[in-house]
Amino acid sequence: MPKTMSIVLASGTMDKIMAAGVITSGAVADGVDVNIFVTFWGLLKFRKNDNSISKLSYDGSEMSDLIMRKMSEKHIQGGIEMLRTAKEVGNVHVYGCALMSDVLDIKKDDLDPIVEDIIGVSQFVSMTEDSYNTLFI
Amino acid sequence: MDVKADHIIDARNSYCPGPLMEMIKAYKQAKVGEVISIYSTDVGTKKDAPAWIQKSGQELIGVFDRDGYYEIVMRKVK
Repeated sequence: MPKTMSIVLASGTMDKIMAAGVITSGAVADGVDVNIFVTFWGLLKFRKNDNSISKLSYDGSEMSDLIMRKMSEKHIQGGIEMLRTAKEVGNVHVYGCALMSDVLDIKKDDLDPIVEDIIGVSQFVSMTEDSYNTLFI
Repeated sequence: MDVKADHIIDARNSYCPGPLMEMIKAYKQAKVGEVISIYSTDVGTKKDAPAWIQKSGQELIGVFDRDGYYEIVMRKVK
C-alpha cells in the first residue's frame, strides 16, 4: 500500500498555495499519495476564474512586488497548476471544506475542477489516520 | 551518445519541480524498453531526476552537458 500524506491548506497567499503544490509534486514523484483539504482563505482561491492569487504572506510582504515580478518573468507555474500536474503524475485528491463552503455559499461547481468533492472535517480527519504525516499550511 | 530517444521532452526554462514532473509523465506513458530524453536548464532537476531514475529502478543512461542546457537520458526498464 502506498504511503499517504495529508495537507490542510488554509491559506490563500501565493507562497502558501505554492508550498502545497511543491510539496505535493515531491510527494507524488516519490510515490506518495496526497490528500488535501482546502479551507478558509485557501478555498476562496480555488474558486473558478479567481485569478487574484497576488499576495504573499505577511513575512514576505515587503518583497511582494519583486517576487511577483520574478515569478511572472520566469513563468513559474502557480500552486494550483502544480497540483494539476502532480495529479497527472500520482494520486492527488483535493477536497473543499464543507464548513467554509456553507459560510460563503460556495458550491462544488463554483470551484476549480481539481476539487473533487466538498467534505466535512471528520471525513478528512479519518483519511489522515493512514497518513504518515499531516501538514497544516 | 549513440542511444536514440523514443521520447524527447524539452523542459528548458521550466523550473523545479516542472521538468521532473514532465519526465515522470513521459515515463508513465512510455513502454518498457523505450528511451526518454529530457532537456533542462534547471539546477535542481540535474540532481533530482537522476535520483528519481535510480530510486525507481530505471536505467540512467547519462547526464550530458549541452550548449546552454543539459540532457538526461533514461530507459524505462519496468
